[in-house]
Amino acid sequence: MSKFKKKKGGELPAISTASLPDIVFMLLFFFMVATVMRENNLKIENRLPQADQTEKLDKKNLVMYIYAGKPSSRYAASAGTQARIQLNDKFAEVSDIKPFILAERAAKREEEVPFLITALKVDSDTNMGLVGDIKKELREVQALKINYTTRQGEATGNL
Amino acid sequence: MARRSAPEVNAGSMADIAFLLLIFFLVTTTIDTDRGISRKLPPPLDETVEPPILKQKNIFVVELNKNNDLLVEEAPMELKDLRAAAVAFLDNGGGIGDEACSYCKGERSSSSSDNPEKAVISLRNNRETSYGTYIAVQNELVAAYNELRDRESERLYGKSFVQMEAELKDVNYSGSKDRLKDQIKQIQLMYPEKLSEAEPKK
Repeated sequence: MSKFKKKKGGELPAISTASLPDIVFMLLFFFMVATVMRENNLKIENRLPQADQTEKLDKKNLVMYIYAGKPSSRYAASAGTQARIQLNDKFAEVSDIKPFILAERAAKREEEVPFLITALKVDSDTNMGLVGDIKKELREVQALKINYTTRQGEATGNL
Repeated sequence: MARRSAPEVNAGSMADIAFLLLIFFLVTTTIDTDRGISRKLPPPLDETVEPPILKQKNIFVVELNKNNDLLVEEAPMELKDLRAAAVAFLDNGGGIGDEACSYCKGERSSSSSDNPEKAVISLRNNRETSYGTYIAVQNELVAAYNELRDRESERLYGKSFVQMEAELKDVNYSGSKDRLKDQIKQIQLMYPEKLSEAEPKK
C-alpha cells in the first residue's frame, strides 16, 4: 500500500536562488562599464547656477575641473568663510592654478592637449572677482577653452 | 573503502559578495554627464597691438554692478527683456552700401549696429557681482545668438542651428558631415559670436 504514499504532505518546493549571483553580477558589470570613478571629494558648497543654452561635456578624460565656492561647514573653521578654490582634493590659491593646468597637460597624450577643456564648477553665490582671477590665470597659461558648468533650468532662477 | 567524492562548495553567499561589490560601485562612481555654457577666452593681450577702433553704435554695453543690477546702454533693464534687446541690436542691419546686411530683419535704425559682423556685445561686471547673475546674463546673450542662427538656418537649410550641431556630433547621422560642417560655418559667419569681456572693475 505504501506505493501510493510517496508524496509527503503538500509542501511547496523552495524557489531556487542559484541564478541570483548571475543576475547581480550582470548588474555589477553594467555599472562597472557605464560609469566612471568619482574623482573629487568636495570641500566647498557647490550649488551650480541654472542655464538652458548648454552643451554637453563628452569625453570626461579631456576635462579639467576647477571648483570654487564657500568652504562647507565642516571646513569653515580651518579654511574660513570666504569663497575658495578647490583643485583635486585640496583648497588652493589663485597662484596654484597655473601649475595645476601644466600638470594636467603633462599627464595627457600630446595630441590630446589642444582639446582639453577647463570646466568651472562655481557656486552661484561666489563673487565674480574670484572667477575673474581664475579666468585671468587660465588666459595666461593658454587654457582658453572653458565651460561654465550649470544645472539645466531657467536662467531667471539665479536671481 | 570507496573514494569519497569531493564535497560541493556552498555558493549560497556568492550573491552577498556580488551585492557588496555592486553597492561599492554604485557609491563610488558617477553616471551623469556635465552640461554647461562653453566659452572661449581671449588669448593674452599683446601690448604692441593697437586695439581696433569701433564705432560707438556698434557696441552694445551690458553692465552688471555690485548690487547685481543689469544696465544695458546705461539704462536699467530686467533680465527677461535682455534677450529681445540683444536680438534687436544684432539684427538691426543699419549699414548702407558695402556694410548693408541683406538677411537682417531688424529696424535698420542708423543709431544701432551696422551689421551682425560689426556688432560687438561688451559685457562688464564688477568684482562684487554674483556668479549666478553673471551666468544668467551670459545665458541670455548666447540665447540671442542662437535665436538668430536658428532663424537663418531654418530659412536656408530647413532645420535649426542647434539641431545641425547635434547632428554633427551624432555618429549615426546618415548625410554628409562635410556639407553639414560647411553649413554650420556659413551660419556662424552670418552671425559671429562677438562677446567681449572687460576686466572686472574693483
